[in-house]
Amino acid sequence: MENVGIISYGANIPRWRIKVEDIASIWGKDGKTISNGLGIIEKSVPSRDQDTATISVEAARAALKRTDINPQDIGAIYIGSESHPYAVKPTGTIVGEAIGATPDLMVADYEFACKAGTAAIQTCTALVKAGMIKYGLAVGADTSQAAPGDALEYSASAGGAAFIIGKDNIIANINNTCSFTTDTPDFWRRAERKYPSHGGRFTGAPAYFKHVSNCANNIMKMAGTKPEDYTYAIFHQPNGKFPVSVAKKLGFTYDQIKQGLLVPYIGNTYSGASLLGLASVLDVAKPGDRIFLTSYGSGAGSDGFDITVTEKIKNLNRDRAPSVHQMIEDKEYIDYGMYTKITELLYWE
Amino acid sequence: MRDVAVIGVGITKFGELWDKSFRQLIAEAGAKAILDSGIEGKDIDEMYVGSMSSGRFVGQEHVGALVADASGFSNLHIPSTRVEGACASSGMAVRQGYLSIASGINDIVVVGGMEKMNDVSGASATETLATAADQEWEAFFGATFPGLYAMIATRHMHEYGTTKEQLAQVAVKNHANGALNPYAQYQREITLEQAINATPVAYPLGLLDCSPVTDGAASIVLCAVEKAKKYRDNPVKIIGSSQGSDSLALHGRRDICTLDATVHAANMAYKQANLKPKDIEIAEVHDCFTIAEICAIEDLGFVKKGEGGKAIDNKITPRDGSLPVNTSGGLKAKGHPVGATGVAQIIEIVLQLQGRAEKRQIKNARIGLAHNVGGSGATSTVHIMEAM
Repeated sequence: MENVGIISYGANIPRWRIKVEDIASIWGKDGKTISNGLGIIEKSVPSRDQDTATISVEAARAALKRTDINPQDIGAIYIGSESHPYAVKPTGTIVGEAIGATPDLMVADYEFACKAGTAAIQTCTALVKAGMIKYGLAVGADTSQAAPGDALEYSASAGGAAFIIGKDNIIANINNTCSFTTDTPDFWRRAERKYPSHGGRFTGAPAYFKHVSNCANNIMKMAGTKPEDYTYAIFHQPNGKFPVSVAKKLGFTYDQIKQGLLVPYIGNTYSGASLLGLASVLDVAKPGDRIFLTSYGSGAGSDGFDITVTEKIKNLNRDRAPSVHQMIEDKEYIDYGMYTKITELLYWE
Repeated sequence: MRDVAVIGVGITKFGELWDKSFRQLIAEAGAKAILDSGIEGKDIDEMYVGSMSSGRFVGQEHVGALVADASGFSNLHIPSTRVEGACASSGMAVRQGYLSIASGINDIVVVGGMEKMNDVSGASATETLATAADQEWEAFFGATFPGLYAMIATRHMHEYGTTKEQLAQVAVKNHANGALNPYAQYQREITLEQAINATPVAYPLGLLDCSPVTDGAASIVLCAVEKAKKYRDNPVKIIGSSQGSDSLALHGRRDICTLDATVHAANMAYKQANLKPKDIEIAEVHDCFTIAEICAIEDLGFVKKGEGGKAIDNKITPRDGSLPVNTSGGLKAKGHPVGATGVAQIIEIVLQLQGRAEKRQIKNARIGLAHNVGGSGATSTVHIMEAM
């Protein structure tokens, strides 16, 4: 069967940051302890005119800039997010129109907590493999929500990444993908609720660690690989501790995960988290590098990918869009007062 | 009155047991104890089970019958009774089992204890535990157990010069013991620095001064001594079983640094066993907070009132000390599934007296004591055991 893989990629992270210590001080907590405990220094904050649609458009445009494909050749757009601006009305149509991919286009919005973006990659991969579309655009993006004072307030942030999937000029071949899914209610947001709920420590061992570990082992079994076969490994990163811990348990080293570990500097971008990690790896990857990716979505499931970087990455105009590292460095700090204003904690009729 | 012995023990792993239900836990502990004892279901005359708040933790009351049912004995119609006395629930259940055999009514009794605490949030668990305090005079005004024991600790520091470092030493010692216990929730050592600098909970208590929220179950089989050797060569005889009570609220006590319920229970148990505190070679005491272990060793007469803080520096309570305390890791490191704790403490003493405590074995221990407390000291049970 023909190879299918990533043709191009793009990312977007809002410029504003708030320090975990600043949030902690508002709630009378010891910021240093919380920051060390979570492994998060600061998180990105979207401005009032940034949402999942604008982040997705920016990331998709960055992906298009790096290549010369015609947007009209994109046959499908799937956007994974848990903060789609509309409950009813797709984000994907906004993105499709903005990048000039409409109207001969399959579109749907995906939701599977933090793994909807990797699910979008799987769908696009399948459609390309089946010959139903030439290119597919898969996006994972979020402006995630956290109730004031909740533990999530220290991590919930904004960002996203887009990937064009196709058969020609593949820069990173998707060798294998699989998923591990159960009904595990560790984190959820009921319809019409502003903020999510979570099961505290239940989000750890029986949720994140169980699904990520099983999926990671399954993908390595499928690929016939071991941790040491990979140049880079990326895990979903709800905080700075979980991905480091699961990587260690599976036998990956810190050197393998550090390029894709962004949560200490931008927080948890939910559907964007593992995909921004992948974008960060693709920013520096060389032909022959092998990439391991395992996402995690509460509820719960993990998508695993075994990826090999090809010679074609040399031809991709990576410099035409800012790297993830550049976006992390290009920042401006805000205080909690500004944070409450722009995250609409302050509102009036 | 007849003598009573422990002829079998069974315990589950303690910890966050997400994949085991309440009934699975008690069935596992019960089955292990029954297998260990060599009895069969039809040999059981009666069952007692301790559970503090299964209704609030897992929405299940009526756990006496549930335990018999989950153990596969519903067709035997064994009388099975739940006993509740907050965190002393299963220490009290052991005493009920003991009394029923000592009285001559029963020959073989299975006693269990369990709690599954992680199915509710931390805040909800704290609130549920606070039901063991005086609702009208303590909980209603916002007192929680860390707060109550913090008051005991600050008073102890004021009266006797006990230090935060001495509190931390208790946590370090118990973690060092827990590191050797395969059933413990925390099988790892901690440093004095970590214990002193842990996240504050209620001054002077930090996170590492507090026992954790735990799922787990424990079970023992009791038998009249004259029949005990039929089942095993090395039963452990209960030579003292006692219980004391005190005011529910801390402010009703004669002295908040002394748990008079423990003093009373200890005196009764020593009298029954015809022993003195110095005769005890090993003890499991109720260290729900580090200050609680310090008070316990004083109230049990192992050291003078006010001297408890120095017990580690004075080489009394460590594993290589003159009277090793909480070799299991204690509530601090082994974990504290409140309803299971009393039985779990007895199991540790039995294993030690039988030479079955593996890496944490204390050489030649012959006489041990288990001390279980409910609330901030309104209930206390003491059991003294001797190798046979």
